[in-house]
Amino acid sequence: MSGADARTWPDATLTRVPYWVYQDEANYRAELRRIFEGPTWSFVCLEADLPQAGDFRTTFVGEMPVIVVRAEDGRICAFENRCAHRGALISLDDQGSAKHFQCVYHAWTYDLEGTLTGIAFEKGSNGRGGMPPGFSKTAHSPRKLRTATLHGLVFASLCRDAPSIEAYLGEEILGRVARVLHKPIRVLGRFVQALPNNWKLYVENVKDTYHASLLHAFFGTFRITRLTQGGGVLVSPDGGHHASYTIDRADDRVNTAYREQGIRSERQNYRLADARLLESVNEFGDDIRLQILTVFPGFVLQQIQNCLAVRQVLPKGPDSMELHWTYFGFADDTPEMHARRLRQLNLVGPAGYVSMEDGCVGGFVRRGAAAAEDEVSVVNMGGDTTESMDTRATEASVRGFWKAYRRYMGQ
Amino acid sequence: MAKLNADYARAIDDDRLEAWPGFFSEPCLYTITSADNHRRGMPAGLMYADSRGMLQDRVAALREANIYERQSYRHLVGLPAILGEAGAGVKTETPFLVVRIMRDGQMDLFATGRYLDVLVEEGGELRFRERIVVCDSSRIDTLLAIPL
Repeated sequence: MSGADARTWPDATLTRVPYWVYQDEANYRAELRRIFEGPTWSFVCLEADLPQAGDFRTTFVGEMPVIVVRAEDGRICAFENRCAHRGALISLDDQGSAKHFQCVYHAWTYDLEGTLTGIAFEKGSNGRGGMPPGFSKTAHSPRKLRTATLHGLVFASLCRDAPSIEAYLGEEILGRVARVLHKPIRVLGRFVQALPNNWKLYVENVKDTYHASLLHAFFGTFRITRLTQGGGVLVSPDGGHHASYTIDRADDRVNTAYREQGIRSERQNYRLADARLLESVNEFGDDIRLQILTVFPGFVLQQIQNCLAVRQVLPKGPDSMELHWTYFGFADDTPEMHARRLRQLNLVGPAGYVSMEDGCVGGFVRRGAAAAEDEVSVVNMGGDTTESMDTRATEASVRGFWKAYRRYMGQ
Repeated sequence: MAKLNADYARAIDDDRLEAWPGFFSEPCLYTITSADNHRRGMPAGLMYADSRGMLQDRVAALREANIYERQSYRHLVGLPAILGEAGAGVKTETPFLVVRIMRDGQMDLFATGRYLDVLVEEGGELRFRERIVVCDSSRIDTLLAIPL
């Protein structure tokens, strides 16, 4: 029995989560194998990042470094960024364009699909040395990943047994992806946020519809989202994916639900000096002001008013992670819409008016629960199920995460 | 020019953020980006303000709404290089280094980079018509609350 299996959950309920699950080193190593390298799909880049054959980006699936590249025939390929010879990184760039890849260490060469095609001094020098006859180059390639594209998103999976991306997400979540990514995009910028906490604390935070207007005073005060507004949360049948949404702006200035509960995020007198920040356009035509969507294990698609971004959650050990932000608009944005998006990007990212707190709250949990490995957190809002609900005062999608997690982990 | 840079850094490091918008002209442009985004012509910023009002809103949000652990900065600002004229203003580039000091005493080299500025004279004082903060790294530790 490995260390990961020796750990136990309190009981069958999804409403209690033990803190060791964020702390245990053996459990973390098991997550990389069973989840990130298991039958799941990880977001790796945007199709817009790879317009031409040979264009590539390097990223990670879990902790595995990967190269994602558009091959000569237009297909997108992904393979481990690890030389088959001695294990060095094959590419040392974040992005670029290549005819082939060559490891710097001993000049072993790979084609755009990641197949080993060349070995320096394969025949030796002056008839001496070299690789043994019969050494098969094609049998010695870095691990190749399956790829799938979905409305401009590129996902990769190391597992032959993963279902198709469409079956993986399910119809409801697919519809919510299509709703946002309905035309060609234009990337506006990228940033990396290093967070001092386990990756799951961030994913839970994104799925947690309950916290948004409580932790984020900016949200509540400007009525961007409040739990008293219309909206809800969709949870995929397997629990792993979700989409939460807010419909229109509730005219709840007379609603006293927040004030009665003495909640910090209720500040009536807070007004913007420049109200253009929140001037938004109903660009998707469905009155959905805000939609946050996750794909298990670590992908987020975000629409907050006209502020659009994808976020990639990368684990970096039990106690740290990176959040890779890519901000985007659409290729046909008018100058006014472009300027609006740049202003609204103040809402998100490491300095975001409504997402700044998400950068530190996972660290607060890590520090608060430092000595609590055998204690549990309480995930009971909205009951104990993982069903979709037409309210956001629920933790159904957080329970959904744990439902999927425990299935993949065999816990 | 040196006085403007010194006063700007002191206002932030001494937690007199309410004075910060006053270093800019109206209209203005203040944005924080990375060298990588800047080189690639990517326009998105971590902070983005194209009016003094937006700068005031940033300060108001830090004071009234946003939650972050108590922290302060120490700016070390280098010598401005004068790059030329830009309309009625002067283009300059000034290197900076910011140490972040957390409430528990932890000190980290939080950001380095360069200010790409356009300076204009208003009422006998130099102000920033533009201040593009180009961080050398695209990686931000935890969060960026206080402006750079």
